Amino acid sequence: MLNLPIYLDNNATTPMDPRVLEAMIPFFTQNFGNAASRNHPFGWKAEEAVDYAREQVARLINADPKEIIFTSGATESNNLAIKGVFEMYAEKGNHIITLETEHKAVLDTCKHLEKLGAEITYIRTNEQGLITLEQVAEAIKPTTILVSVMYANNEIGVIQPMKEIAALCKSKGILFHTDATQAVGKIPVDVIADGIDLMSFTAHKMYGPKGVGALYVRRKNPRVKVTAQMDGGGHERGMRSGTLNVPGIVGFGMACEICQKDMVADTAKISKMRDHLEKELLVLEEAYVNGSIEHRLPHITNMSFKYVEGEGLIMGVKNIAVSSGSACTSASLEPSYVLKALGLDDELAHSSLRFGLSRFTTDEEIEYAINHVKEAVLKLREMSPLWEMFKEGIDLKSIQWAEH
Amino acid sequence: MAYSEKVIDHYSNPRNIGTLDKSSKQVGTGLVGAPECGDVMRLQIEVDDATGIIMDAKFKTFGCGSAIASSSLATEWLKGKSVDDALKIDNMDIVEELALPPVKIHCSVLAEDAIKSAINDYRVKNGLLPIEDTKKHY
Repeated sequence: MLNLPIYLDNNATTPMDPRVLEAMIPFFTQNFGNAASRNHPFGWKAEEAVDYAREQVARLINADPKEIIFTSGATESNNLAIKGVFEMYAEKGNHIITLETEHKAVLDTCKHLEKLGAEITYIRTNEQGLITLEQVAEAIKPTTILVSVMYANNEIGVIQPMKEIAALCKSKGILFHTDATQAVGKIPVDVIADGIDLMSFTAHKMYGPKGVGALYVRRKNPRVKVTAQMDGGGHERGMRSGTLNVPGIVGFGMACEICQKDMVADTAKISKMRDHLEKELLVLEEAYVNGSIEHRLPHITNMSFKYVEGEGLIMGVKNIAVSSGSACTSASLEPSYVLKALGLDDELAHSSLRFGLSRFTTDEEIEYAINHVKEAVLKLREMSPLWEMFKEGIDLKSIQWAEH
Repeated sequence: MAYSEKVIDHYSNPRNIGTLDKSSKQVGTGLVGAPECGDVMRLQIEVDDATGIIMDAKFKTFGCGSAIASSSLATEWLKGKSVDDALKIDNMDIVEELALPPVKIHCSVLAEDAIKSAINDYRVKNGLLPIEDTKKHY
C-alpha cells in the first residue's frame, strides 16, 4: 500500500531510522544526566554514552574521537569553522577562498566576515557545478588562511575534487575546511585520505535526529585551532560551550554506525532507483539533468523541465514531496542561485525539481513518482504559452518581454 | 504555502485553455510577463463586431498555481461581457475571488494587464486607439 504524499526531499532532511530512535529513548527520562556532571553516576552514564557516540562518529570519517566537536548542526559547525579560523589565524592573514554555490551557512558567514575585514574570493563553478584545482591555485594569495569547499552540493549533488584541493592547500600551508553535510553517511568520507582539516556535518541528513551535528577539527599535521564562538563552561575542548545534547549525540552516533555498516548496500539500492527515475523522466522532451552526472551523490537528481514553471510544477506534483529550484515560494522571484551559477537560463532554472532518495524509498514509490511527474509536466505544457511557441519554432529570446 | 480552494480548483480544472486565431481581426491577444520572472500569460478574446460582446476567451499561462488560476478566472469573467465592461475588471476583484495572499497579488496584476493588452490589440486591429493604462501598479 502506497502512502501519499511520497517523501523525496531527503536532501532537506531524512526520516530518523527506528534503530536510532531506539538508541536515544533511554537518554530522555532514565539516563538524563548532564555529561559534565563529574560527581555522580547520572553524569558518568551520560558521559560514557557521549564518549561512545563520539567513537561511532569518528569511525565513520576515519578521525580520532578527540577531533569531534559536537554542535547543534552543520550551520553552527560552518560558523565555528570559518569564524573560528578567521579569528584564530588573524595574524597570518585575512583571505578566505570559497565557492559561489556553497550553502548559505557558508556564504553568509563569509559575508559577515567581510564586514569585519576579511577578504573573500568566491570561485565560480563550471556548467557542471564543479571547480578545478587551477581555479583554487589562482585564487591563493600570501594572505590566504582558509579554503572552504563543500564536499557535495545540496541542490545538485555534485562532488568537488576534495583530495586534489586538500593537497594543494597542504602544500601552501593553508587550512582546508569542507561543508560535508550532504556527503557524510552517503559516500565514503575519510578525513585522512581526503586531507581535510575541518569538516562540518550533521545528523539529520543521515537518518539521525535534528539539532545535533559536528565539526571535525584536525589535531595532528597540522594541529588546528578555532576560536570559540560560544562562551561558557568550556565544553568540547573549549571550542563549543553548552551542555551536551546527550540523546541527540547518542542518536547521531547510532546513525553514523548504521551508515557505515549499510553504506555499500544502501548506495547500490538507492542509486539504482535514482537512475531509473532519471532515465524515465528524461524520456520527456526538453528534460535535462542539472550538474555533473559523473561526479555526483548516489541519491540525488536535479532535473529541469523546460517551459514549465517550478512552483506550478510543485503544485502539480502534490503527491510527492520534492524541492523546486525556484525560490518563488519564499516570495522572492529569484531562481536558485546554484542553478544560476551553472549558467542555466532563467526559464530553465524556473522549472527544476530536486529529487532526494533515502534508504526507505521503495521501487513502488519511484514508479508512482515517475508517472505523477510526467503527467504534471505534460498537463502544464499543454497550458504553457512558452511550450506552444517552442513547438512553433519561435525563439523565446527573440521576443521583447515586458519586465515586471 | 496553502492555496485557497478556488485556486486549487482553477489549477486542477482550468477553464478555457487554448488558442484563438491571432491573425483574425476579431481576436485580440495579450502576452504579458517574462520567462525570467516566472510568469507569462497569454490571454485572447474573440469579439463580436456588431455587439462589442466578448464571445470567447482563451488563455495559456506559464507560472505558479495562482497565475494559472488568475488567468483562468479572467477568461471566465470575460466571456459574455462587453469590451467596455471587461476594461472595468480590477486586479483586486481577482485577489478577492481567489483569496490570493499578498505575495501572489502580482499574479492578479498580470491578469489585469493581460486583459487590457488583449483589448488594446483588438482595438488597434480595428482602427481604434489603445486605451492608456491610468493605473500604475509598479
